[in-house]
Amino acid sequence: MAEHVTSRKVYFLVFAALLALTLATVLVAEVDLGVFNDVAALTIAVTKALLVLLFFMHVRHSTRMTALTAVAGFFWLALLIGLTMADYASRGQILPYVAGK
Amino acid sequence: MNTTAAAPPVTTTAETAFRRPNYLNAAYGVRSWLLTRDHKRIAILYLISVTTFFAIGSLFALLIRLELLTPEGDLFQPDTYNRLFTMHGVVMVFFFLIPAIPAVLGNFLVPLMIGAKDLAFPKLNLASWYVYNLGGIFTLWAIIHGGVDTGWTFYTPFSTHYSNTYVIATALGIFINGFSTIFTGLNFIVTIHRMRAPGLTWFRLPLFIWATYATSVIIVLGTPVIAITLLLVAVEKTFHLGIFDPALGGDPVLFQHMFWFYSHPAVYIMILPAMGVESELIAAFARKRIVGYKVVAFASIAIAVLGFLVWGHHMFVAGESIYAATIFSVLSMLVAIPSAVKVFNWTATLYQGSISFQTPMLYALGFIGLFTLGGLTGVMVATLGFDVHVHDTYFVVAHFHYIMVGGTIMGYLGGLHYWWPKISGKLYPAFLSKLAALLVFVGFNLTFFPQFILGYLGMPRRYWSYPPEFQVLNVLSTAGASILGVGYLLPLCYFIWSMRYGKDSGDNPWGAVGLEWDTTSPPPTENFYTTPVVTHGPYEYNREEVHNRMSQEVTLG
Repeated sequence: MAEHVTSRKVYFLVFAALLALTLATVLVAEVDLGVFNDVAALTIAVTKALLVLLFFMHVRHSTRMTALTAVAGFFWLALLIGLTMADYASRGQILPYVAGK
Repeated sequence: MNTTAAAPPVTTTAETAFRRPNYLNAAYGVRSWLLTRDHKRIAILYLISVTTFFAIGSLFALLIRLELLTPEGDLFQPDTYNRLFTMHGVVMVFFFLIPAIPAVLGNFLVPLMIGAKDLAFPKLNLASWYVYNLGGIFTLWAIIHGGVDTGWTFYTPFSTHYSNTYVIATALGIFINGFSTIFTGLNFIVTIHRMRAPGLTWFRLPLFIWATYATSVIIVLGTPVIAITLLLVAVEKTFHLGIFDPALGGDPVLFQHMFWFYSHPAVYIMILPAMGVESELIAAFARKRIVGYKVVAFASIAIAVLGFLVWGHHMFVAGESIYAATIFSVLSMLVAIPSAVKVFNWTATLYQGSISFQTPMLYALGFIGLFTLGGLTGVMVATLGFDVHVHDTYFVVAHFHYIMVGGTIMGYLGGLHYWWPKISGKLYPAFLSKLAALLVFVGFNLTFFPQFILGYLGMPRRYWSYPPEFQVLNVLSTAGASILGVGYLLPLCYFIWSMRYGKDSGDNPWGAVGLEWDTTSPPPTENFYTTPVVTHGPYEYNREEVHNRMSQEVTLG
């Protein structure tokens, strides 16, 4: 497969977007959005991570095998978090033992 | 597997074998070894390093067994005993069992078995050996300065809050060592994907390569988690950030989740390569294609994937939710399926095979028995109710030693005996090696079977004294450990002896098939004189040309 060369302009645009999103993180932190505080912060963080993955790490123009490898990493992270949360989410749901019932 | 164009330029006879140009006589001097990029020489460097760490780990085991010879804690202080079993575990798990088969046999064999000249990244391969030793030096420094007493599992809050031993140095040693493992795993994945010989499709690969590939995937996906976890322990201990310590707002069970997310799959990092070796040995000494080749290959992948879903079974009594525990219990039992598939397929391969009881085959047969016992007791401890009874007893100690020692070390020794003529071009004494295999099998069972009974009767692990009624079984265990020690020392002696005094082995003393046997022994630096072209699958022992070759083989006792 021919190597795709990303133009310098794209790199600078992505870099500018990352800086803007960092600024957005700081600004959003100043505003109290209630339950959406975490949602907003994580959305910005995930967007930044995707930009880095797709452009700086060249996954956008790589082979499907590279993309699959990147997805596998996230899948494994999802396993770690998901099954750990299976413990945390249900830890308080055990009913106390009452004699005679 | 045979090739169409891999014949060496010189006729192969046992007398001329060692004088031909090969990777051992290609260059001389310490520099030629320490700066080598040849995967075979790096495998030898790893062999020396892991053997050193195995000796250190064994020394700790010897001291533990000596203390447990009598019910009273009379040889060491309890604190010293805590350090002994911790250092035994740390050294054996991270510096011997995990790297042993991949870094020694894998490094040596992966390029040979796929018809490549070297691994994809030879410099990274050499770097991995240096990083391994750097991690080892950190850990040895901690040992010399008094060791660490947390158990090899570094459970919090003891490791972060109470222990005043060298937790950070040891954790850093393991953190650094993790990079070495990742380098090796990455190298194998890229090599197996990109550097297979022409015609060598995925389903023509030897099962050792499938197992090594599955192992590498676990290594690359899992090792970063243990590295981060141990780093977090060091960060919490140094900067008092609340991650695992409840007093600082953390959760100690979170450590166990993160630790076992890697450390349970680590058991499969240890056992999968041994299973790969097992497949090679069974095929070679039963003279048969492995029954259900594809199923065995996919079983390796299934073990790698399912192995990541079971870690919670280490926390059944640690405060884990009963609902999560039930899920983990069921998932743990699922891993038994691909493992059992392998055992059944090896056994089926033996059926109507033309079996010869050479030394490597003795280890292979020992592996089947010991691994089966270790695996079945694994299903027992995966059962919630039974685990509550035997948790943290010697039953668990016996179970995982049956897997790690009975499985991994049997596989490692079997592999070393099988490929030693390929590595060194020399033969070792047949009778002595069979005696050693027997001593290892008998010694192992005498050491660890009594521990099943001890654990079931309620003797907890990690105690330096015990009630007098447990003494008989403990004496048996210590006696077994002594026999096991002799069984391990013998191969060390005769392998070294054979390098100087052993008879030349010829290129293929077992009459085995496989690309690694189609080149000279020891192989030249570039592995093959011409690039091999593969025309059929592995383990083709029924082909006519193979029969002709087997009739010319050197008999090894």
